[in-house]
Amino acid sequence: MGDRTIDQTAAHMAEAIRTGRATSYEITEAHLDRIDAVDGTIKAFLHVDREGALATAREVDEAIARGEELGPLAGVPIAIKDVVVTKGLPTTAASKILEGWIPPYDATIVERIKAARMPILGKTNMDEFAMGSSTEYSAYQRTANPWDTGRIPGGSGGGSAAAVAAKMAPLAIGTDTGGSIRQPGAVTGTFGGKPTYGSNSRFGLIAFSSSLDTPGPVSRNALDAALLHEVISGHDPRDSTAIDAPVPPVAEAARLGATGDLSGVKLGVVKEFAEGSGAAEPGVVEAYQAGVEQLVKLGAQIVEVSCPSFVYALPTYYLIAPSEASSNLARYDGVRYGLRTGDDGKRSLEEVMSLTREAGFGPEVKRRIILGTYALSAGYVDAFYGKAQKVRTLIKRDFEAAFERADALISPTTPFTAFKFGERTGDPYQMYLADLYTIPSNLYGGPGVSVPVGLSEGMPVGLQVMGPVMGDDITYRVAAALESAQETLLADTAPEIEGK
Amino acid sequence: MTKLNTYDAAVAAFEPVLGLETHVELDTATKMFCGCATTFGAEPNTQVCPVCLALPGALPVANKAAVEATMKIGLALNCRIAEWTRFARKNYFYPDMPKNFQTSQYEEPLCEDGYVDVVVEGKPYRVEIERVHLEEDTGKTLHVGGATGRIHGATESLVDYNRAGIPLVEIVTRPVPGTGALAPEVARAYVTELRDIVRSLGVSDVRMEQGSMRCDVNVSLNRPGDEWGTRTETKNVNSLRSVERAVRYEVRRQSALLEAGDKILQETRHFHETTGETSPGRSKEEATDYRYFPEPDLAVMEPSREWVEELRSSLPEPPRARRERLQAAWGLGDKEMQSVVNADAVALIEATIAAGASASGAVKWWLGELSRRANESGAELGELAITPIQVAELQGMVEDGRLNDKLARQVIDGVLAGEGGPADVAAARGLEVVSDTGALEAAVDEAIAANPAVAEKIRGGKHAAAGALIGAVMKATKGQADAGTVRQIILDKLS
Repeated sequence: MGDRTIDQTAAHMAEAIRTGRATSYEITEAHLDRIDAVDGTIKAFLHVDREGALATAREVDEAIARGEELGPLAGVPIAIKDVVVTKGLPTTAASKILEGWIPPYDATIVERIKAARMPILGKTNMDEFAMGSSTEYSAYQRTANPWDTGRIPGGSGGGSAAAVAAKMAPLAIGTDTGGSIRQPGAVTGTFGGKPTYGSNSRFGLIAFSSSLDTPGPVSRNALDAALLHEVISGHDPRDSTAIDAPVPPVAEAARLGATGDLSGVKLGVVKEFAEGSGAAEPGVVEAYQAGVEQLVKLGAQIVEVSCPSFVYALPTYYLIAPSEASSNLARYDGVRYGLRTGDDGKRSLEEVMSLTREAGFGPEVKRRIILGTYALSAGYVDAFYGKAQKVRTLIKRDFEAAFERADALISPTTPFTAFKFGERTGDPYQMYLADLYTIPSNLYGGPGVSVPVGLSEGMPVGLQVMGPVMGDDITYRVAAALESAQETLLADTAPEIEGK
Repeated sequence: MTKLNTYDAAVAAFEPVLGLETHVELDTATKMFCGCATTFGAEPNTQVCPVCLALPGALPVANKAAVEATMKIGLALNCRIAEWTRFARKNYFYPDMPKNFQTSQYEEPLCEDGYVDVVVEGKPYRVEIERVHLEEDTGKTLHVGGATGRIHGATESLVDYNRAGIPLVEIVTRPVPGTGALAPEVARAYVTELRDIVRSLGVSDVRMEQGSMRCDVNVSLNRPGDEWGTRTETKNVNSLRSVERAVRYEVRRQSALLEAGDKILQETRHFHETTGETSPGRSKEEATDYRYFPEPDLAVMEPSREWVEELRSSLPEPPRARRERLQAAWGLGDKEMQSVVNADAVALIEATIAAGASASGAVKWWLGELSRRANESGAELGELAITPIQVAELQGMVEDGRLNDKLARQVIDGVLAGEGGPADVAAARGLEVVSDTGALEAAVDEAIAANPAVAEKIRGGKHAAAGALIGAVMKATKGQADAGTVRQIILDKLS
């Protein structure tokens, strides 16, 4: 770990603020300065709210001076993926169709971040409407991977991951529909957690696929993510799909894991992931296997589990997610907010709606709307959407059976490390493969985290830990244990970024 | 020019099959999926929030009161309440629908398999209910600048989202065959009964003229023994009378087409109140594929059997039982009561009696003079500008002898013209019965003098002859005398 303010973990920053060794203002300002210095190169932020962040920081410092008891992350700045609605701050989901829209309300998780007194640095770049695995489908800018600025930072949450990897923010919010927190975490050497579906409110999360979308933490280690997880989690009466149950004790689990003891913990390795087209590239397999060996040294027992339906996870996902998206994105019609194209007083309402959507949506979003519309259309709905729902049930059963034999499942997070810009945009299927290992957890609804495990040809590799529904704590424990076995956090070994 | 058969010829050659889809707006305090108010007639776009405007990120939460009201309707219609039910998205683009999908129910409605019994011209009919489901209403679009007020040709479209998201219950019947020539009356009787049932539950004000109850009328024709024909769906029929007229018109129109060897297009049609005609809307062949799928933003509902039974036991007296009770209390025969029901006068008469009128008086006014006025103006009885309290007051004045029937009718003229209550109108128009015996005696004396032969007959015991003298006196007093009093004076003088 370096000795700059921005090199600290979020937990350390919070501790320093609480004990008066540092102010939230100086920590927040240090990150804003870092953004000024390197974001010209990385392009992780779509919008930076310097004044708002510093105002919150000042309030925190004043509250501490008055002796007020604040939450565990009070004063620690955070970046928020632009798919999460923030009152008064532009929110576009990286789409032209929402250019200029200023939300009149906050997402529940943003309310909770504000209540936790965390300064919001700004909104991060992403694939448009969270559809993609490289952030290249942003309508606004291309975000670079801090490890190699000629490569992608993963997606859809490439902006949040890159911001944390480049130390422009100690923490960020991501959203994970098929791997959009975990895969960017893996390829940028950061930590990404997808909580149990329903344990984090989706209210104010711009919907991509309602039955899969899950907001979660992005950080540089497990404990920081767990602290943020506890800030944003918990039941929300405004989200009908929210689970009304106590939040699993993830911070406690991360601290337990950090003691480096996994004795008695059974980790399942999914047989089908290693087979056929599911195999990861050799460098990834190598780094992952080294991680598995470390986990064994920490006392974990490895068991092989079979999840035969996982081989259908990708096609299942690419029927369910686009189907829901085709309906969720219907509201962007130019009538009430955002872009309106062609309203010249001569064109009909239908024409204006149509021209607006033609101009406002990018190619990947259009592809998925068309895919989903087709999958739901009369005569095809049973064969596509209906069949996919049935397979989804089989995948859930595979998970449930696997968790009879193992406490958690492990796998590489993604089959390949960060690829070069443009390498996979020409072939959607090659892009979709990035989420091969992460998608099953979304279809099941259980938690999954990606923790840095090593490098392959100089690029970071992530190890995924998947848990049972509402068993988020075990995923953090295993991840934190793996970190404890490493000499230094991977995120601290990233090359220095040349400012622009 | 649309060719029409006469109705009698149409039903002589063809058998109609009916189907009715009725939408009822629930009068919950808040909308179906958000906390916005539902007050009718508020300033446009003042009862809206991120959820009902479909702002990015907003999520629905189902209104429990609306679910409960729907279950009550289902139970009152003898339906089975689902043990497992969920919402579905009906996807289509329309500017007054904020999400461009309607949250509705598809394969798993809240209530299924019920029935409503009606009696028309003494014959019972059972209308089977296929389903009762819960959904949300759309906003309202105002198209400005076009010739038709429709979207086509408009230069501007204004949208009011106050109505968007108001809970809407859809009640769908199974096809109703076997009504023959009475199809229009059966359709009307069903909608009337449905309205009364929903009203009795207190879950909607079911006012067709305000759109809180709207009816889509399906009609097909077939020759006796043939399979059912192709149906048309006439949308948004907004009064009981219109339901009847729409069915009648479609029977006449379709029969003319079929007799000419033409085919009926499966299409939606619009009903025109002014002409009583229907005209084509969009054709079903090119209709939208709604791409229904289960609503992933809302949890599945599993109403407990305890809840269902609790609701069942809390249902009010069914309108049919209530009518039977009132019929006995009012001492009406079946035919007379049926007339009351057909005229939609049960509640009006009940209220008039509650305001102090005798049952016979209340029935007389509402079924007689007031029904005639309603027919003349093409209005529903309840739409007349006279209240049950005013009718009771009018009847009271008659019973007190301050008005006779002829004067009372003139008082009604004044009340309906907005001149005030019966007493005000009588005073302002000078319509009191002449009870000054001196004036009447003078008029009687005059009549006797002018009709000596008639007077002689009465003296001879032929009291029935008094009518001619009464007529003369009434004429002389311009109808403002009480006939009974005049008769008494005549008899007193000539015996």
